[in-house]
Amino acid sequence: MDTRVIKRKLGLKERYAAMTRGLGWETTYQPMDKVYPYDKYEGIKIHDWDRWQDPFRLTMDAYWKYQGEKERKLYAVIDAFAQNNGFLGISDARYVNALKLFIQGVSPLEYYAHRGFAHAGRSFRGEGARVACQMQSIDELRHYQTETHAISTYNKYFNGMHHANHWFDRVWYLSVPKSFFEDACTAGPFEFLTSVSFSFEYVLTNLLFVPFMSGAAHNGDMSTVTFGFSAQSDESRHMTLGIECIKFMLEQDEANVPIVQRWIDKWFWRGYRLLTLVAMMQDYMLPKRGLSWKEAWEMYAESNGGALFKDLARYGIREPKGWADACDGKHHISHQAWNTFYNYNAAAPFHTWVPTDEELAWLSEKYPESFDKYYRPVFEFYREQQQAGNRFYNKNLPMLCTTCQIPMLFTEPGDPTQIAYRESRYEGDTYHFCSDHCKEIFDNEPEKFVQSWLPVHQIYQGHCFKPGVDPTAPGFDPLAAVLDYYELEFGRDNLDFEGSEDQKNFQRWRTGAA
Amino acid sequence: MTIDLKTRSIEPLRATYAHVAKYIGEGRIPSRYEEATMGAQPMVNFHYRPTWDPDHELFDASRTRVVMSDWYKLRDPRQFYYASWTMTRARQQDSMESNYQFVEQRGLIDKMPAEMRQKVCRVLMPLRHVAWGGNMNNASVCAYGYGTAFTAPAMMHALDHLGAAQYLTRLGLALEGPDALDEGLQAWLEDPIWQPLRRYVEDTFVVQDPFELFVAQNVALDGLLYPLIYGAFVDDHVAMQGGTAVAMLTAFMSEWFDESSRWVDAVVKTAAAESDDNCAVITQWARAWGTRAQAALQPVAALALGDAADAALTDARAELDTRLTKAGLA
Amino acid sequence: MSNVFIAFQANEEARPIIEAILADNPGAQVDHSPALVKIDVPKRLTIKRQTIENLTGQPFDLQQIHVNLVTLSGHIDEDDDQFTLSWKH
Repeated sequence: MDTRVIKRKLGLKERYAAMTRGLGWETTYQPMDKVYPYDKYEGIKIHDWDRWQDPFRLTMDAYWKYQGEKERKLYAVIDAFAQNNGFLGISDARYVNALKLFIQGVSPLEYYAHRGFAHAGRSFRGEGARVACQMQSIDELRHYQTETHAISTYNKYFNGMHHANHWFDRVWYLSVPKSFFEDACTAGPFEFLTSVSFSFEYVLTNLLFVPFMSGAAHNGDMSTVTFGFSAQSDESRHMTLGIECIKFMLEQDEANVPIVQRWIDKWFWRGYRLLTLVAMMQDYMLPKRGLSWKEAWEMYAESNGGALFKDLARYGIREPKGWADACDGKHHISHQAWNTFYNYNAAAPFHTWVPTDEELAWLSEKYPESFDKYYRPVFEFYREQQQAGNRFYNKNLPMLCTTCQIPMLFTEPGDPTQIAYRESRYEGDTYHFCSDHCKEIFDNEPEKFVQSWLPVHQIYQGHCFKPGVDPTAPGFDPLAAVLDYYELEFGRDNLDFEGSEDQKNFQRWRTGAA
Repeated sequence: MTIDLKTRSIEPLRATYAHVAKYIGEGRIPSRYEEATMGAQPMVNFHYRPTWDPDHELFDASRTRVVMSDWYKLRDPRQFYYASWTMTRARQQDSMESNYQFVEQRGLIDKMPAEMRQKVCRVLMPLRHVAWGGNMNNASVCAYGYGTAFTAPAMMHALDHLGAAQYLTRLGLALEGPDALDEGLQAWLEDPIWQPLRRYVEDTFVVQDPFELFVAQNVALDGLLYPLIYGAFVDDHVAMQGGTAVAMLTAFMSEWFDESSRWVDAVVKTAAAESDDNCAVITQWARAWGTRAQAALQPVAALALGDAADAALTDARAELDTRLTKAGLA
Repeated sequence: MSNVFIAFQANEEARPIIEAILADNPGAQVDHSPALVKIDVPKRLTIKRQTIENLTGQPFDLQQIHVNLVTLSGHIDEDDDQFTLSWKH
């Protein structure tokens, strides 16, 4: 038998390199720039892709092994929850509205991320970056699919979830997440990573995750908690992609720094605005509460984000421009948003309500500087009206910010009694914004943002009716026609929680009545 | 003792989401695959054109010449959604781990004749790069294709290719060490045997139509490569000559090819059956790329099988043609 | 001085990992929430494979932490024997 000695053995890093970047080569039959047409046009200069560091060195066999284990455990819980009517264990049926917001506004974003990372996973010249993006692409498909499955049980028994994907493409407030992610996906791959991997999945991720998951835990929804934790472990890998991409761009060429800074400014602000919906959910939709939005912001944005930007200072990166205004907003945005949705609940497929006295007391305690002064009186007035039989629903349409597409409900930093209005003129038209930062985002890329499909504009232009509808017919009710286009079931999906089918059904099921 | 189990009977309001029911019928309970796949992709009211492709919308069916009234008709017969795909692959990787242990404990690699080990590396190591091309192209199909039914399995397929490339890498390290990988790359870049295939692969990298790319990669190239290499070379030739270890350590690839061919064939069949135009264009792609792939594989077959090369390649082409005829291509 | 942190699902499998972290990182602070355990350490946190193996009596691959990991903060460095989070400022 011949004694054979393999002359050289590879260390861990080298072995992983052989398994990824060692697979690629410089093409010669087709020019590299034609094979990789999308990774230079943003102006980011990369001199040496070999400097890309892969922090989690997961080969596919390890990926399948560990993810397979996670899926087995997760689906066991989802199945048990479904079999045992686990939804009967939640605190109160109002909680389900948090899940409605999730399946309508968050799950579709997972799908966009899946496709966006597929594009990034083909576009970068560097093999290590492509592998990380592709793993993220399939992880995001996982999130879309597991969320769809986990919430499926709720969808069988409660309203406001069944047409989520249709609503996402049409309903007014859902253009906020839709435009956010489409802005990211239609940008180039480096901006995409700065937007999603860094700004959203690194800087802001805990502000999406903690509110929903701890909300679920406090309200007896173990299925969602389990999903949340299982998905969040994928997020750890995603976060490292984000921080690695940022460091890599900043280290490759000084000229990249101002480009990256501008993206960080833009995406911190767009991400912060998107989180308005989460802030509102956290402070108003959870019958049993944990952290307030303000507390979550202080913990995860102010202190954790603070540490991060101290770390990046050595590259010449500063805190995002909107940082101070975002911190100012922590006292206000959840209340301002809930007020808006309470008003527009006829056109939104989830329920709203006036908080109970206990909940109002919690809000006073958590928001000592703002709640009693500016917001309690509003909700107490609404309750009075409701009790007098005047639960009103606003039948007009709000003005939207062109950039973030949220109704103009935000106030001037430092003065919550003044709605903030900004505007820009571009090629003969006037555009409106909620803040200096949304205005600046527009001014930097007007050709992009003039394309926005603003739901209110589209309604007024007659683009939100089903085919064959005649707006000139006598007795035409435009709002009803829009709700029909939305496929919103009037009286089931929308309006106040009081008197809703959700409320009646849950009460009946819980008390065991047949 | 009697046990009285009173279960509360609560009637659901609906079977599933409306965007799923639209495809499977009202009142039907969907499979997990259906519920997670149907109607997932946004289709209207896009906000901005891609700055990287302003001639199309973000998701745009017109990127391909193939026309479908409903892209969700392209179902995957394996019904893979993330969980079922991952758990299937986890079982397969477990089995590969056992194979590695088996081979290592019995010193089966050392027992292979040295020339056999070297030959296996000469043939298989450059194929790491072909598999990498398969990864890149399927990532493209996922990024630029239309409809979740078609695009989601493409990303799974991309990562399967990466898995295959990594198993090949591991095999090379076990057989001959890191030098084998370097030599494989050199051959891929410079040896005349590999240039037609490398040219083929690089030409696929610039195909713009995602369905044509699907045909060029998954139908034409892999449809010939896998039977030739893992069938004729590894199973029929190497294993028969003292290289069983190699067959064990590449078992994933043959299994995967058989399984994923079901998906590839179903996609071709459904798309071709939709219209005469689709059938014509897909047939033309399959023929053109198939002929090119066969020519590109000729020198590789000769390297692997010597005199038996022509027959093996002809057989592989016949096998592929049979599949395509069954799928309804002209 | 900024903290790095790591959080795991609060279950049986994660227990020895958490114990190992507390043993190897003086200054570590633990926070228990429903179903979640979060550990904060000033500046630097290390998980050592050997410590975990000593606790469980079983071979342990550091990549196994993925199964129960929830979230983390800090720059990552890993090899076969250790997994470290740190800040550089």
